[in-house]
Amino acid sequence: MLRGFLIFRSPRKFPALASIVAFAAVAFAVLFSNIQPAYSLPLYRIRAIPAFARKYGLPCSACHTAWPELNNFGQVFRDNGYQLGNDHDSPIFQNPSYFPITFRVTPNWHRESTNHQPLDALAGNASSGLIDGNVVQHGFDLSGIDIWAAGTITKNISFSVLPSSNSSGAFHFENAYVRFGNLLNNHWLNLQFGKFELDNLISEKRFLFLSSNGGLYQNYHFVPVGDPNDFGLGVNQLGAEVSGHSDNSYRRYGVAVLSSDNGNVALPTNRSYDTYLTFSQAFEAGRLGLERLGVYAYIGERPTFFLTSAALSTPGAGSTTPIAGTGSGNKPFYRVGFSGDLFLGKLEFLPFFMDGQDSAFLATSTPADQPLPLGANAAAWNGGFVETHYYVTQQFVLLHRYEIIRMSQQALPGTPAKLGNIDGYSVGYRWYPIMFSRAGLAWHNEYSITRTQGAVPLSLDGVGLPPLLPTNGVWSSSILLGFDFAF
Amino acid sequence: MKTKISLGAVFLVVTALASPGFAQNAQIGKLRGSAPVGKVLYRRYCVGCHGPQGDGNGENAAWIDPKPRDFTAAVFKCRSTPTGTLPTDQDLFDAITRGFVTTNMPPWKPLTNPNRADLVAYVKTFSARWEKERPGAAITIPPEPAVTIAGILHGRELFQKNDCWKCHGPQGHGDGPSAPTLTDSKDNPIRPYDFATGSRFKCGVSNQDLYRMFMTGLDGTPMPSYADTMQPADAWDLVHFLRTLQPFHTQEAATWRAWLPSHWEEIKAVGPDGGSGASQ
Repeated sequence: MLRGFLIFRSPRKFPALASIVAFAAVAFAVLFSNIQPAYSLPLYRIRAIPAFARKYGLPCSACHTAWPELNNFGQVFRDNGYQLGNDHDSPIFQNPSYFPITFRVTPNWHRESTNHQPLDALAGNASSGLIDGNVVQHGFDLSGIDIWAAGTITKNISFSVLPSSNSSGAFHFENAYVRFGNLLNNHWLNLQFGKFELDNLISEKRFLFLSSNGGLYQNYHFVPVGDPNDFGLGVNQLGAEVSGHSDNSYRRYGVAVLSSDNGNVALPTNRSYDTYLTFSQAFEAGRLGLERLGVYAYIGERPTFFLTSAALSTPGAGSTTPIAGTGSGNKPFYRVGFSGDLFLGKLEFLPFFMDGQDSAFLATSTPADQPLPLGANAAAWNGGFVETHYYVTQQFVLLHRYEIIRMSQQALPGTPAKLGNIDGYSVGYRWYPIMFSRAGLAWHNEYSITRTQGAVPLSLDGVGLPPLLPTNGVWSSSILLGFDFAF
Repeated sequence: MKTKISLGAVFLVVTALASPGFAQNAQIGKLRGSAPVGKVLYRRYCVGCHGPQGDGNGENAAWIDPKPRDFTAAVFKCRSTPTGTLPTDQDLFDAITRGFVTTNMPPWKPLTNPNRADLVAYVKTFSARWEKERPGAAITIPPEPAVTIAGILHGRELFQKNDCWKCHGPQGHGDGPSAPTLTDSKDNPIRPYDFATGSRFKCGVSNQDLYRMFMTGLDGTPMPSYADTMQPADAWDLVHFLRTLQPFHTQEAATWRAWLPSHWEEIKAVGPDGGSGASQ
């Protein structure tokens, strides 16, 4: 992951301060020199659909507080299967040249810094011993590209297909589903089938942060150190979902049955199924705006071993090979909590709380047909964040988020109590100089920093190694300046 | 000192009364809409079609059919008030909430009630009519009589007699002989309503809404008001007949379909002949 970047070691003890200074300097330089920055987005990223703006002649701001985050009008549109409720919903209404497709890409400049990294004392000399140092990378970069087609097949039957690439052009299906809406002529009964985003009240697919550290919710992807559980609440999953909503989507629910493969296709791991339950209720608070509160519960399991076959292994290798999709010895985990979307006029609060637990077998990476290590427990933690958006205008939004994760119980008695704890802080702004019904462009500036206790920082660029000492907190920071555009 | 304070107070009151913001508030029940707040919302939701000046020339207007409403003319289709008068704030609020199903205008019900009231207040700032005139008084809708085959047949006669079929077509398909020639008040082509599609009416879904449309007319379109020429009982009969043209399982349709098979030879075709042969 160090490809093409400048790398150096720094004895600085305050990478955050250094990053802030650098952020300000670069922001100034970019703003006044017309440099077009770029950056590498991860495979999963935020979404907005100008194809719908073109179809209905509405500006981005009709459906988005600040794109890609949905407002309630956009939520209703989505809940109704990409239908506004007028005759223009029908695909045959459209001019035949209309094609419901959207592209999105973000050229950018970004800087990543991670401290407490175990580095060779002499670069290129593996026997020189490891020292504690910083890794800093920066440069112009590209995101991947989203090529998203979505719309209605006929009345109340909608679809979405989203091939998405990383910055090197390797594609995967970020989502692909068909949705049957208003079953039995009732908007409380809709069926979605395929790969889709979980019905999270606070969407990670349509949020406003882009940097490597800030561009994901730590809570949505956290697992204890050493836990092989691959589940992420922010990852699109494979399965079927029954959902419903009131006329104005003030009240919503969702019940999903999902393959225990974390959205990975071709049945790579498990043969069991997870369940995701959500419910939210919104209410009007006069001039303050619309306030929404919701609860969620994800109950799943993951395999602890696989069927194997020596016939699949290299002869003489002395090992046997797991057979994909034969996950066995399933052990449970859960993520439960509540979240909200609260407005105080122009100020939006997004509070989130999670209580998570993974089985002792998962947390200690012990096959279920083997005995647990002595004194092993389920790993448990609590986490949450508060994200705030201040909409100065509909074309300029200030962003902030503070995130925290605390282990409440380690799986093994000798594990440091704080191992895996995370603190994250992100701040930035998005300015939308172009926000038409044909396309949109945002100038995005963001600084984000996380501190992970004794472990690899959870970051979208994948950079980072565990520190030499598990008692060390690893600081990882990101600066991103980018032109985020969709058309 | 007292004099100074009094003059200052008078100045403030006069200034407030004279300012458009004060004049263009909206009152919908207990909701009070604010034009300055509505302006922000308008730019977020409405400007793409209706344009920054409210004249219906938003960036998408060229591709929209029917064209977006020109608020500077202060002429509105859906009103509870007599033709030629301004609508009530409630009328505008209902129109925003309901949307117009046969146009690009979506239902804005997902917006909060205060937000929609604010939009009403701001829409009223685009025309000086709102400062010079008061909205008309809402018309009275008498209780709906029971659906009878006699009433439906009478409504059918009125459909013929009032030349409704010339625009809406003999079968209500919107294909009458005058249909291709129709234009709105801005000379844009306009299509008469096609009852066979099952789409919502422009100004509501209920029988009361349909009655109101007859009596107020749809200002800015060729659809006139029949308030001066049609008695309430006649209007209700026409409402009941028009319901039989729609593809719905309504009481009117059931009554009509039960009666028709054994009487089809007795009725006369609607249309230019005005009375030769059978019609369904």
